[in-house]
Amino acid sequence: MTATSDWRAEPESFVFSDENKAKIEMIVAKYPDGRQASAVLPLLDLAQRQAGGWLPRVAIEHVAEVLGMAPIRVQEVVSFYTMLHDKPVGRHVVWVCTNISCMLRGSDEVLEACEAVTGVKLGQTTEDGMFTLREQECLGACCNAPMVQIDDDYYEDLTAETTTAVLDAFKRGEIPKPGSQSGRHTSEPENGLTTLKDTQGGDS
Amino acid sequence: MALQDKDRIFQNLYGLKEMGLAGARSRGDWDGTKEILAKGRDWIINEMKASGLRGRGGAGFPAGVKWSFMPKEPGPRPHFLVINADESEPGTCKDREIMRNEPHKLVEGALIASFAMGAHASYIYIRGEFFREAEALQRAIDEAYDAGLIGKNACGSGWDFDLYLHRGAGAYICGEETGLLESLEGRKGQPRLKPPFPAAAGLYGCPTTINNVETISVAPTILRRGGSWFAGFGRENNTGTKVFCISGHVNNPCNVEESMSIPLRELIERHAGGVRGGWDNLLAVIPGGSSTPCLPKNPCDEVLMDFDSLRAMKSGLGTAAVIVMDKSTDIVRAITRLSYFYMDESCGQCTPCREGTGWLWRMMKRIHSGEAELEDIDLLEKVTYQVEGHTICAHGDAAAWPIQGLIRHFRPEMERRIIERKGGASAAAA
Repeated sequence: MTATSDWRAEPESFVFSDENKAKIEMIVAKYPDGRQASAVLPLLDLAQRQAGGWLPRVAIEHVAEVLGMAPIRVQEVVSFYTMLHDKPVGRHVVWVCTNISCMLRGSDEVLEACEAVTGVKLGQTTEDGMFTLREQECLGACCNAPMVQIDDDYYEDLTAETTTAVLDAFKRGEIPKPGSQSGRHTSEPENGLTTLKDTQGGDS
Repeated sequence: MALQDKDRIFQNLYGLKEMGLAGARSRGDWDGTKEILAKGRDWIINEMKASGLRGRGGAGFPAGVKWSFMPKEPGPRPHFLVINADESEPGTCKDREIMRNEPHKLVEGALIASFAMGAHASYIYIRGEFFREAEALQRAIDEAYDAGLIGKNACGSGWDFDLYLHRGAGAYICGEETGLLESLEGRKGQPRLKPPFPAAAGLYGCPTTINNVETISVAPTILRRGGSWFAGFGRENNTGTKVFCISGHVNNPCNVEESMSIPLRELIERHAGGVRGGWDNLLAVIPGGSSTPCLPKNPCDEVLMDFDSLRAMKSGLGTAAVIVMDKSTDIVRAITRLSYFYMDESCGQCTPCREGTGWLWRMMKRIHSGEAELEDIDLLEKVTYQVEGHTICAHGDAAAWPIQGLIRHFRPEMERRIIERKGGASAAAA
């Protein structure tokens, strides 16, 4: 066992924090009486964030208890959705989109850069628990391809160089600015607007 | 004639202007909403029908007609509007821009559409990965509540309306409307058999209509400017404006709102800076998101970006996500990647899809590497037809169509790989 292995350990117990308990009350209130199972995804998301990025068995069982669901029903939800992890992951999960629009614009190079910086292959976690590298299906930012998602943010219009720069910043403990890494605002044409040039109103 | 800026619904598509309530109001959102509601349910639905708006999520069902399927008189069960913001069809990234840059159009549309179908509550199901977009949308929802635009007596109309945002957790199939309902009820997102259709028994077994983000977001402007205004763009049966997503091998990939029925070539050249290396360097286009069959260059010279023109070419408008591939593309690899996607995202419920998508991907991989026989292409095609139409939802169809398109238009390229692997010279390579 190495000194860094404790982040993989299964905790012995899990209960929601007081802050999360208050959030849960608001979340469950969104759904009709008796339909609190609808809150299972939001509660699992809360539990995962509280438990350090993954869902230990005790957290899954706690969510089941809070919502009055059979633990197996919650377990099968966990196994169905890619954003829910039933195994430990690194502090930063790097999701590399390799679907068609990203592939056409260089996701192979982006993936290579991710592997080079982290030193791990797809599906693996770095030994220090810093990064987990995952392949991802289309993330819906196709006009800003290629792109990766890291934790809650999208990093778009990537090259091998900018991918490396983004990951190096995470390594230094920084959170690099999300969005386009080529200087675009959002998904407007790169070299000048072709529409919405002459409209007034609501300028920021 | 190209669409003019004054007729663009999404004036802040790129987020270059203020997205908050004040900015939205300055662009016309929430203007006279109370008066629109006062005209009544029938007027709203008739105006939507007159606009010719067809659903923007891919299937293209007329929106006004869909709204009219909800029971006229509410029974003991409440009605729901569910908004599909699970944007995941490869190539598609338009709803994201609407939700983060024009969220008030969606919030106002949700109120109006819910009123028209007798719903006092609506859920927006947003894909979990859109974390920042969910934050932006929630801010808009909170602003609308604080301003009395939604909530009790929304806009002073006397109609009570609650709008809730619900985040998914990563599953393409939850974009299928009944898979979405299952997920929203707290289960795996496995699609339901129809009938019963959601308008009869949807969310929690109650009458429900499910609409795409763009469909709902354009409704307020249509009702302010009139159905006939919207119907004045595009062609009959293919009316209105539309947000197109242009990705892949173009000089300037972008989202852009244009008139329906704009020629594909004009769309790419006017807004996306043209195909990389020029129009003659075009190999193929997937015109409407990953599930629509690809088209080689020839039809792309003439085809119009609408439901009927693309259907006549045996493809489809889908989500209007235009994926452009130039001649450097390994198109067999590109379609193989899509086959992998459909296998990865099959919910596993129906055998033809669960087993078939994996089989299709493995065969595509073999053909890509050339480790196949020429007759395997026929076998592959046959199997696509054994998957298509034999599953609860359209996921099986969506897995079959890209391969059918590839075989239809690029069979020589598939044969070349097999022949060359065997050491022979193929006609396509000659």
